[in-house]
Amino acid sequence: MNVVSPIKPRTAKDFATDQEVRWCPGCGDYAILKAVQKMLADVDADPAATVFVSGIGCSSRFPYYMATYGFHTIHGRAPTVATGVKLVNPELDVWVVTGDGDALSIGGNHLLHVLRRNVDLQILLFNNEIYGLTKGQYSPTSRTGTRSPTSPTGSVERPVSPIGFALGAGGRFVARSIDTMQKHLVDVLKQARAHRGASFVEIFQNCIVYNDAVFAGFTERDVADANQILLQDGKPMIFGAKGSRGLRLVPGKLEIEAVTIGENGVSVADLLVHDATNRPLAGLLAAMQPPALPMALGVLYCDPAMALGSAVHAGLGERQAPPSADELNALLRRGDTWTVSA
Amino acid sequence: MRTSTLPTPEASLSDARQPLESVVVRFAGDSGDGIQLTGNRFAAVTALAGNDLTTFPDFPAEIRAPVGTTYGVSAFQINFGARAVKTSGDAPDVLVALNPAALKVELGRLKPGGIVIVDSGAFNERSLRKAGYAADPLNDGSLASYRLIAIDISKMTLETVKPLGVSQHDALRCKNIWTLGLVYWMFGRDRKPTADWLKKRFADSPLIASGNIAALDAGHAFGETAELSGDIPGYSVAPASLDPGLYRTITGGEALAWGLVAGAHLAGLKLFFASYPITPASPLLHALTSLRRLGVSTFQAEDEIAAVCAAIGASYAGAMGVTSSSGPGLALKGEALGLAVAAELPLVVVNTQRAGPSTGLPTKTEQSDLMQALFGRHGESPLAVLAASGSSDCFETAIEAVRIATRYMIPVIVLSDGYIANAAQPWRVPDITALSPFPVEFRTDPKGFAPYARDAATLARPWAIPGTPGLEHRIGGLEKDQLTGAISYDPANHQQMSDTRAEKLDRIALDIPLQTVETGRGEGRLAVVGWGSTHGPISRAVVSLVERGYDVAHIHLRHLSPLPPNLGELLRRYETVLVPEMNKGQLVQLLRAQYLVPAEGLNKISGQPFKIAEIEAAILARLGS
Ligand SMILES: Cc1ncc(C[n+]2csc(CCOP(=O)(O)OP(=O)(O)O)c2C)c(N)n1
Ligand code: SF4
Repeated sequence: MNVVSPIKPRTAKDFATDQEVRWCPGCGDYAILKAVQKMLADVDADPAATVFVSGIGCSSRFPYYMATYGFHTIHGRAPTVATGVKLVNPELDVWVVTGDGDALSIGGNHLLHVLRRNVDLQILLFNNEIYGLTKGQYSPTSRTGTRSPTSPTGSVERPVSPIGFALGAGGRFVARSIDTMQKHLVDVLKQARAHRGASFVEIFQNCIVYNDAVFAGFTERDVADANQILLQDGKPMIFGAKGSRGLRLVPGKLEIEAVTIGENGVSVADLLVHDATNRPLAGLLAAMQPPALPMALGVLYCDPAMALGSAVHAGLGERQAPPSADELNALLRRGDTWTVSA
Repeated sequence: MRTSTLPTPEASLSDARQPLESVVVRFAGDSGDGIQLTGNRFAAVTALAGNDLTTFPDFPAEIRAPVGTTYGVSAFQINFGARAVKTSGDAPDVLVALNPAALKVELGRLKPGGIVIVDSGAFNERSLRKAGYAADPLNDGSLASYRLIAIDISKMTLETVKPLGVSQHDALRCKNIWTLGLVYWMFGRDRKPTADWLKKRFADSPLIASGNIAALDAGHAFGETAELSGDIPGYSVAPASLDPGLYRTITGGEALAWGLVAGAHLAGLKLFFASYPITPASPLLHALTSLRRLGVSTFQAEDEIAAVCAAIGASYAGAMGVTSSSGPGLALKGEALGLAVAAELPLVVVNTQRAGPSTGLPTKTEQSDLMQALFGRHGESPLAVLAASGSSDCFETAIEAVRIATRYMIPVIVLSDGYIANAAQPWRVPDITALSPFPVEFRTDPKGFAPYARDAATLARPWAIPGTPGLEHRIGGLEKDQLTGAISYDPANHQQMSDTRAEKLDRIALDIPLQTVETGRGEGRLAVVGWGSTHGPISRAVVSLVERGYDVAHIHLRHLSPLPPNLGELLRRYETVLVPEMNKGQLVQLLRAQYLVPAEGLNKISGQPFKIAEIEAAILARLGS
């Protein structure tokens, strides 16, 4: 496809539409929108070759605000529509935008299979631990005890971990970030985009109306250092104010503990070194919960494998062009035929 | 004219072979007896002999039923003749039963006085007990009203095949082919094509191939020898007068698959097919999957919802998106069909109907999803609905579905059913280059582009696919502004968009053939109106009654949404309209509501196709005989 390159490099603004953004003032979705637009500008993405596919929910309004191709589909089914798009045109850069209800309630089955199949998409799950669009009912990621119109005395169900789900489903790129961490989020999104295969990114998103401050325990400025760790592949797992804390394996156990560097003879050399290709490690990191352990952010797991589209195209020698009339005539005449003469 | 009962051997002795106009033969045996293979070989040589024919395989519902049980009986019926054959036949003239269970299950179908060929060697105390016989039916006189030909086929097969060095087990497995040889002799069929086929099929084990060929010859020789004593009658069925051309047999499943591929070719599009296995729709998934080398993409989705949504995504990206299922799966696709209607994307959805509700009778046929196809969605969501009337008609119907979907940017449901999917008919193979192409033009010009600006004639919106510079736009299920496609809650706009979506069907109505009368006059006492696979029995019944001088006509609908524009006027020209359907009366309701004609239903919902006789009787009851 011919792409006309613009004279000036694109800016975030070039990815914004003239649609009036309808999220509640203060909603975390604004920040994510900004990050996505900036990221696409940074990598000089081609808007004509970029597609955003979403389900239903506040978060799923996202495509309307992107000056790319966009398809706002039906509740929970965005991964399946995106799969069809990608299999037909592997050249397209296809993004799925979904919420925690959209992806893990009604669409749980599809999320499982799109990850298992490793379709080359970026899946952004905006996790606000609540159903926003339908006015605040508890969701499959809501913590036990969440009060909502359908759980007035507090929900009794146990939440699912999106990251744990993605790893369990066989996701080959699993990452996490926060709406308000612009730089970090842009960086994670770039890595997701560069990854061939399904890239899954959970983004903690504050719903200021129905679930405000639910992530404050690790996102607020005063606790962030203590309760977050920004993972970097190949680097020791250091966090805390001035890098004073670290993570290591409890000796003799498959269990992570937080330690203070320089205390009890612990040095940086004792710390775990992040290895994004280590799946069991990703599982341990995914399970970490503040305040006992910091929330793991960044790319928890990245180990590329053949993506579905390419597997189909390579493995079966599938071609794009429709069959010729000759080929079809041959097909119709295969096997036993006979002639009736006049 | 009804298929005549076979004449007695005395009659056949006078002449070498007794000529017949048409015959129904039913092969039955245990699932492991190779009944389908036997039937298919008989069909192949019958086609080569120039007869018209229809076959119907009747598989047991169980995958591997225990040997010798009644629920493990597999059957294959073929109706062939010197005249046009439209159904697999009301009742067999000849029943071949390779074990007691097959006799037990199938005997009731046989015509009075019909021939029953049994393998007496398979009748022993144990097998009789398994089949639920208290006494041996071969000896207790219970078959007195039929012409019983009992031969120890097992023993004869072993005697022929074992000396070649084939094991006892493998030799016994040739008994279906021995039987086939005998039936070939009865109808004067050529053995050579089957011998060649056996050689190819068993190319890896020449011993098995020669064993089977020896059995085929031995069965045939047995018929020849027995002829002298008059024990086994010989018949001849002259070639039918078919239009000249190249022919093959084809099932509905194959014809749909090839029609979809041909349709995509004529549109100049890649075919993308997504489905989730379900009986009896899976043959289409299998057939299309085998065509990957021709550029067909197939995708086995995690469920029917994923399948239809992937097809929608494929169409959005510029392919011909197709999905298929049976009734329960179509129910699951309902919400996504609403999206396809709103997004105004082409989509073809094949529904191979089966008996419902719920899991119902998954292997049995029914036409009970018409209302679901027409109206089974939320909101006002008009789409096009077509029905194939027979196995070979599936090819053209599939092409027509692709044409409408791409020209009008609308989803099209194609109704088939369990009978059509599996039944085989001869088909005059078309030349693809002689079909009229309907190439799709994607929108590429950004100048003046609006996602919902419409073509004046078709009301189709432009198909602007991702990857096209300058046409970036957003679509979705929310109501859209009638021009820009931007979200719109404006009441007048919603009215306008709803009206336009409905009006698309009016435009399609102008672009489909006027409804014609297939048999009989264009006015008169009675019109029989059918859709789908009732075509065979209705057509046979009406053709014979017209030949006998009755004032009856046959009108068969392919287009069910929109209906042909002249249909109401046509129906009003008859005193009575009779609508046979394998449901509780769905089309009849539609015709009454749409045209205020006093149409009457003839409804059968037993999982079995109509018999010609049932339709004849219903017509005669209305005309007075
Ligand atoms: C088939 C169907 N069922 C229910 C709904 C109603 N519905 C819309 S969005 C939603 C939940 C959205 O929650 P989430 O995915 O967490 O997204 P958020 O609004 O929080 O961004 C529900 C239940 C629907 N649109 N379609
Ligand atoms: S309800 Fe919550 S998630 Fe939805 S737009 Fe408002 S703040 Fe955002």
